[in-house]
Amino acid sequence: MLTTLTLRGFLLIIFSFFIAFILSIVPLSNWGDLLRPQWVALVLIYWVIALPHQVGLLTAFILGLLLDALYGSLLGEHALALTLVAYFAERLHRQMRMFPLLQQAVAVLIMIMIYQALLIWVQGILGELSNVRWLWLSALVSMLLWPWLYLLLRGGQRKYGIIN
Amino acid sequence: MVLDRRVHYLASVHRVLSAVVAPIQYCVDVPIKLVTELGSSLSSRQTLLGENASLRVQQLLLQARLQKLTALEEENRQLRALLSSSKHLANRRTAVAQLLAVATDPLVSEVVLDSGQTSGVYEGQPVLDASGIMGQVIQVGPLTSRVLLLTDLRSALSVQDMRSTVRGLIVGRGQSQNLALINVPETADVKVGDLFTSSGLDGRYPEGYPVGIVKTIQHTTGGQFAAIEITPSARLNSSQQVLLVWPQKKPTIDVPKATPPAKNNQKNKINKHLADKAVSENRSN
Repeated sequence: MLTTLTLRGFLLIIFSFFIAFILSIVPLSNWGDLLRPQWVALVLIYWVIALPHQVGLLTAFILGLLLDALYGSLLGEHALALTLVAYFAERLHRQMRMFPLLQQAVAVLIMIMIYQALLIWVQGILGELSNVRWLWLSALVSMLLWPWLYLLLRGGQRKYGIIN
Repeated sequence: MVLDRRVHYLASVHRVLSAVVAPIQYCVDVPIKLVTELGSSLSSRQTLLGENASLRVQQLLLQARLQKLTALEEENRQLRALLSSSKHLANRRTAVAQLLAVATDPLVSEVVLDSGQTSGVYEGQPVLDASGIMGQVIQVGPLTSRVLLLTDLRSALSVQDMRSTVRGLIVGRGQSQNLALINVPETADVKVGDLFTSSGLDGRYPEGYPVGIVKTIQHTTGGQFAAIEITPSARLNSSQQVLLVWPQKKPTIDVPKATPPAKNNQKNKINKHLADKAVSENRSN
């Protein structure tokens, strides 16, 4: 099914990712850092579910490289993790659209946990891991944020006429 | 990923990506700096006058200490010349850089500076703050650069005890934890409260700058090394401005090649030093 992607729609997608990047690096306290939701992954999951033919694995990879540059991690670490998340979202995009919000949120929780698990695994191999006890809280906060983000982006999508 | 780790081909990719994400970093940094500036510009005249007075007093005390430092440097230079040591204490080039108010990966201890390749920053450059060594630059982009702090797990530097000249390595133990001093035998003369300074043996950090103070020493019975915990001197969590240091110019002594004619005074200095060296060698023979 082809989608009509206007210029405004395209800019909306770019803008939502830009805001997600900014929110990823706003400095917070120590606790804030641990509880920070995975904004880029969440926004990516939304757009892959909404527009699976426009936003896919390549977009996820490029976003991951930019995230690597922002965080100073090994090139490809976040790229790989985000691509994996995009793959799962694409496989499940039809079911995800049918789910009620709560069930969607649980699916998002699982995807974000896989994302974090991959990041922790890579950093563990590199020997750069200090303490991981509270890292799962970030996935939890991401899940709690999902319904709000979904409704917000869906509202934006409808307003700018990106239909699928 | 593997390519990035094992082989340093991707340095140019890093630079390009760094330039691409710099606008995002500045987008986060500028509002935060504006808010803090607004806060300070709205403070009362009274507090500003008080701050001004205390800063003047501090400056006076520091300048007095600096006068003594110049005299000590000259004395040191003369003593070294007497011992025919070829070490130079020339002043290094330094520059001040500001930290960008952006967060980094919570699992690593890094900070981002607002100076990059355009300001002459190079990879491996030491970074200091007002109270001690902070870390080294690990990634340089055109506009920004990343600094690895001492507390990061990947960080290590060669240090020396100022009191007892015991040498060791200081490594990081992860976020917001103290540093660890390793490779120091159980029987070494290290006490709580000792100040450790960089020894310069690693070729990265300049010699003689404070790194940390010993906090606890744990002796393990039967172990070969003591477990020593060090509190860093630099204020790694709160410093906003840092100092970048460039390496010293090479000493003028080792120039026995057929280069274009050197200036007269340089040649005289070399000849004089070689003569002194020859005389001391004759004496020892």
